Amino acid sequence: MGRFVLRRLLHMAITFFAMITLMFFLFRMLPGDPTATVISPALDADARAAMQARFGLDRPLIEQYFVYLASLARLDFGLSFRTSRPVWELIELRLVNTLLLILPSMIAAYVIGAIGGALMAWYRGGRAEGSLVLAATALQSAPVFWLGMLAILVFSIWLDWFPTGHIVTPGRFPEPSWRMYLTLDFLHHLALPFLVNTLYNLCFPLLLMRSTMLSTIGEDYVELARMKGLRERQVLYGHAMRNSLLPLATTLPMILGWSVAGSVVIETVFSWPGLGLLMIEGITRSDYPVVQGAFLLIAVLTILGTFVADLLYGLLDPRIVYR
Amino acid sequence: MRVLRYFVAAVWAVPSGRVALVVLALFLGLAVLGPWIAPFDPMARTYGADGRLVRLAGPSAEHWLGTTLMGRDIASQMLYGARPAFLVGGMTAVGTVLIGLNIGLVAGYFGGRVDAVLMRITDIFLGLPFLPFIIVVLAMSGRSIWTIIFAMTIVMWRSTARVIRAQVLSLREMPFVAAARTTGAGDWAILYREIAPNVLPLALVSTAFALAWAIITEASIGFLGFGDPNVISWGSILYDAYASQVMYRAPWWVVPPGIAIMVLVSAVYFMGRAYEQVINPRLRAI
Repeated sequence: MGRFVLRRLLHMAITFFAMITLMFFLFRMLPGDPTATVISPALDADARAAMQARFGLDRPLIEQYFVYLASLARLDFGLSFRTSRPVWELIELRLVNTLLLILPSMIAAYVIGAIGGALMAWYRGGRAEGSLVLAATALQSAPVFWLGMLAILVFSIWLDWFPTGHIVTPGRFPEPSWRMYLTLDFLHHLALPFLVNTLYNLCFPLLLMRSTMLSTIGEDYVELARMKGLRERQVLYGHAMRNSLLPLATTLPMILGWSVAGSVVIETVFSWPGLGLLMIEGITRSDYPVVQGAFLLIAVLTILGTFVADLLYGLLDPRIVYR
Repeated sequence: MRVLRYFVAAVWAVPSGRVALVVLALFLGLAVLGPWIAPFDPMARTYGADGRLVRLAGPSAEHWLGTTLMGRDIASQMLYGARPAFLVGGMTAVGTVLIGLNIGLVAGYFGGRVDAVLMRITDIFLGLPFLPFIIVVLAMSGRSIWTIIFAMTIVMWRSTARVIRAQVLSLREMPFVAAARTTGAGDWAILYREIAPNVLPLALVSTAFALAWAIITEASIGFLGFGDPNVISWGSILYDAYASQVMYRAPWWVVPPGIAIMVLVSAVYFMGRAYEQVINPRLRAI
């Protein structure tokens, strides 16, 4: 077990490193000059050269790369082009906001999806079950931002139950602080994006669990459990469902990554000040240090998610041999 | 072509698959004919008899789905939007599966160091955040339909590669592979003549799901405002509606693009699932 964790940690480190390298060179090799917003091309050649020297852009690319690595190791993401404040300051709270929205909603989606899917398979064949499959597929096929727009339309505009966006009522906290997460106002703002994200992400585990359960129900050990005289509930939860959880667990890393990445969309619809929205704002304002910082952090979350899910999978399935 | 005919025949055998195929054919027809049957130029502003812009008009006989804030005909925009959905989705799905299939085949068959290196690379790509990566690429290198296809393909092949590799790992131990080897077939011949046809069903399922994902992602890109500025897509219609800040007064502007995406993607999902049922009868309910 210890060696397995170590190996996975090593893999994770390699992935991080490759990601950082890829991003560094990608930002510099793609067409378009990100520095144009800071170092105006209209300046004369000498002034431009002086500016470039100040930012260290006159050094060889390889040297810039190592300087970049060294700063990242100190959590130094550079300065924002726009506000000239450290990027990390901006990112910190945004990271918390994203996690507060995504993590609870993913947990809710998986728990509800697993139980719901198991029940659907257990009571299969009915008309209700058929329409649930159709509804879940349709919901899964709808773009999540559109679901968000509809939710705002119905619940915020027509019914006026929830605010249309933001994390707290604008103006209530002039400076973002930790205290704002302890208010009812925050929960009120969280409700709608949470519900939409949960409902959307619920479909995948639900349908997967249903189809896994359908094949599990036919297995001999389920029949045996029944013949032992166990109650239906015991057979369902203790035997059939327990063994069907595995395929669901294998998809967890992928889905976690998708949902963190997909937060860009849900945060945009609900003006939720998370990492994804920060990245989009950075792009529209040509603030590339911010974009790079936000992107790297989203990538870190994705990779960490994969790592944790990998370990969990090993714990769930005793047949997995750690090597 | 032969693969396509086989695939359609297989899906047609399942009732839900038949419905899905009919829906898909309808959408495909709209994608091909859309620009010709559209009643208006989708970007033209409509002026009323009094010379004023027809803003946010509700559905009527003339404008089936009403007009936008700029007085543009929504029905025509919807008809134009079917084409990019198919073009971007289809090319991405094909590209994804071609890359994923080949990497999965080679990694699974040769194993050892080749496998380790290829899977490490796949892991790195799995760590790439899907949508943010595409958006960064688009922001850096310009927003065009080809960049969208390119960026999506780069981040999508990874899951196909893993699925195919797992299948190849078990296939290569099969007797027919050993039989082919005794006849003196080389590695590449075994890989592409013996093993590849056996993972084809799995690759087709992957294609269907990649298509569904690509269509949704293309819409998301459009909605975030990073779509090709010269192309009207369902995502870009929703972006316009959202950015106009008045979408709440015009549900006819917001609802249709989402419905179109939902129905099209559902059809693709059902098609993929119907085919899965054909190749794996255990998935059949009851």
